[in-house]
Amino acid sequence: MSKGLTWRFSLIALFIIVSLLYLTPTLVSPLPSWWSGVLPKDKIHLGLDLQGGTHLVLDVETQKAVEGTLDLIGTDLEDVFNSKTLRYKKIGRIGGDRVGMTFYDKGTAEAAQKLIKDKYPNMELVPPYDDGGFVSIQLKMGDKEIQERKDRAVAQALETIRNRIDQFGVSEPVIAREGQTHIVVQLPGIKDPKRAIELIGRTARLEFKLVDETVNAATATPGTIPEDDEILVEKRTDPTTGAVTETPLVVKKKAMITGDLLTDAQVRIDSQFNQPYVAIEFNSTGARLFDQVTAANVGKRFAIVLDNTIYSAPVIRERISGGSAQISGSFTEKEASDLAIVLRAGSLPAPVDIVQNLTVGPSLGQDSINKGLIAGLVGVALVVIFMAIYYKMAGLVADFGMVLNVLYLMGALAALGATLTLPGIAAIVLLIGMSVDSNVLIFERIREEQRLGKPPKAALDSGYDKAFLTIMDSHVTTLITAAVLFQFGTGPVKGFAVSLSLGVIINLFTALVGTKAIFDFALLRLRVKRLSI
Amino acid sequence: MEFIGKTTIDFIGKKNISFVISSIIAILGIIGIIQIARGAANMGIDFSGGTAVQLKFAQPVPIQEARAALAKHNLKEANLQEIKEGNKLLIKVGKTAAGQQGKAADAIENAFRQELPGNQFVVESSSEIGPAIGDKLRQDTLVAVMISMVGIVIYIAWRFDFQFGIGALVATMHDVLAMFAVFFVLNKEVNLLFITAVLTIAGYSLTDTVVVFDRIRENLHKNTKDSLTSIFNVSINEVLSRTIITSLTTFLAAGSLFFFGGEVIHDFALALLIGIAVGTYSSVFVASPIVAVWEGRTKASKA
Repeated sequence: MSKGLTWRFSLIALFIIVSLLYLTPTLVSPLPSWWSGVLPKDKIHLGLDLQGGTHLVLDVETQKAVEGTLDLIGTDLEDVFNSKTLRYKKIGRIGGDRVGMTFYDKGTAEAAQKLIKDKYPNMELVPPYDDGGFVSIQLKMGDKEIQERKDRAVAQALETIRNRIDQFGVSEPVIAREGQTHIVVQLPGIKDPKRAIELIGRTARLEFKLVDETVNAATATPGTIPEDDEILVEKRTDPTTGAVTETPLVVKKKAMITGDLLTDAQVRIDSQFNQPYVAIEFNSTGARLFDQVTAANVGKRFAIVLDNTIYSAPVIRERISGGSAQISGSFTEKEASDLAIVLRAGSLPAPVDIVQNLTVGPSLGQDSINKGLIAGLVGVALVVIFMAIYYKMAGLVADFGMVLNVLYLMGALAALGATLTLPGIAAIVLLIGMSVDSNVLIFERIREEQRLGKPPKAALDSGYDKAFLTIMDSHVTTLITAAVLFQFGTGPVKGFAVSLSLGVIINLFTALVGTKAIFDFALLRLRVKRLSI
Repeated sequence: MEFIGKTTIDFIGKKNISFVISSIIAILGIIGIIQIARGAANMGIDFSGGTAVQLKFAQPVPIQEARAALAKHNLKEANLQEIKEGNKLLIKVGKTAAGQQGKAADAIENAFRQELPGNQFVVESSSEIGPAIGDKLRQDTLVAVMISMVGIVIYIAWRFDFQFGIGALVATMHDVLAMFAVFFVLNKEVNLLFITAVLTIAGYSLTDTVVVFDRIRENLHKNTKDSLTSIFNVSINEVLSRTIITSLTTFLAAGSLFFFGGEVIHDFALALLIGIAVGTYSSVFVASPIVAVWEGRTKASKA
């Protein structure tokens, strides 16, 4: 028996040491220089509700990505037909899954059909049919490919957002996919959440479009402009008054150059006007295109369009070769640097919608920690005092078990890298109350056995034996709810479930091994004759 | 020290009284849940979608003034709540009131900045939840509650007997309904934290019930001569002191959360306190009497 006792005390001591080791980084700051690399260095992670920060759930509009792809295929086919001098009446996306083409005669349609089959073998081709005197064909994207495309859009969006956040500079961000179309972004301790949200949510589709000067923009309406034109708005903010002026401009629908041809974007300051601008660099394809387009359109205006808003529309004074250009607008330095970030990180494959935004300020977080700690301390104190009065020495043993519980639980949270949330603290406080339950069950049994006249050692052993099954049952039922909470819970609720389930498991150990070892020690080694219970 | 020595209270005999009390509580709870399902209760934006902003002002803001300021900016339907300490104001706007999704928080801040220019404030927390997310959360929550209930019944039916499983389930549902009833009557906000508290209490109340059941089973094996009612009564009396002690310690801990835990978990702690109280009551006055009545009937029909 005494051998078992040594073994049990060693185990208890070992767990204490391990817990303390894992808790040291949280309690001691900074870590002493001799703290080696093998020892744990991570502090207990605090949830956003405790340290402040922003939790976002973004919904990727994946259907838009599919439509974007179809639009690209449409533009591509236009180019192909033009280069082969196949005359067409109209090419455009129809609905959410197909591109329609209308030709003047059957021969051209059949020639086009052959071309398309070679170019897009994976897509379904609806054979030519008569369309009010013209001949139409349709190119349809299969369901499987649509699904793949949507999937890729989310993965790509995730990557782009990660790049943007990395460049924005947030320590320990969490960026993860959730379900089919959702992306969860957590930005702990962020100071300017609005700016970050704007940065993340911006599609950042950069396009260079020629301004159509043959149309008077001031009087243009969507019905009166040519079919390949569109009306966009140029926004200018007056730096002194902050007033925004909007000027409509008619531009060609087709983008001459797009943002995916960029290699770099940097903020520079215009030395003449002391105004920030964004300098961009094209890759070789982009540089060649830019060279060609500017050469062919000297004297015309070139609109720089970001997410369908015109940033500036300068006149091309001369051919620009070398592959660099600049975007100037009336922006502040912050705006310019954010623009540079989104341009560098690339555009989102589809727009994102913020469906959930939880922001907690740092002061509220600190307040919550303080109050949680006070609540915890008061809770512990009350329970400790109560148990000591009600069960005397045995109550103190139960109190010791409870303190072990809290220590082990904190250690386990640190070791597992779990996140401590405010409900997590609540779970710990609640566990303080519940952790003595096992001891109460045991003590009440012991009292019953003693009333039957059993000697201390026998009363103790059969008390533990008889309470064992009850304790198991009660712990398993709590574990079932904790597991369900963990499964469906998000954020703070999950934190609560983690603390609760860890606490329940640890409690099994402290109640059945921890306190029993102390009782056995008192009876066997200290030769205590009477249980103080 | 001992509060109570050996007791011989006839718990099962009081079943008629307790069943009436419990039925009233349960009916209130069901009304509350129906109102929640209809969206007529005080729903947190977790489930209904919308925007909640908590602001901390430099000087106190009379609630009438705040309401007037918001009304000027088309935010008439905002729900205002004052937090006593520290000049704090919690403003909630439903998904329909503010019009454009994602702009309500800005609109609220703007309204105060313009209407109360002398009173500086900081945004302590802000939450925006789209209606789709709210629906999903509500659905997930329902599923979670169902799964945990089923899991618990299966476990208890396996460990004890089917009747016991049902008794435990009814007692647990009773406690869940009671928590809904109180929150509904007090018009407290039903949000994710509340649901968390409900599930926690479901686990807690079950623990309580299981302890009583364990003793009943033990005594049923030991003693086959006495009537069922007396075995049930003896068992409940035997574990009564444990029931009271544990409820008391848990109540003390939850009470310290309630009084010192801060505004964020104030209602959560309240839900726990209610749950602990009804959980204790139900394990004694609901779970065991149901099983006793049922077992009694099966025995009578067999005879």
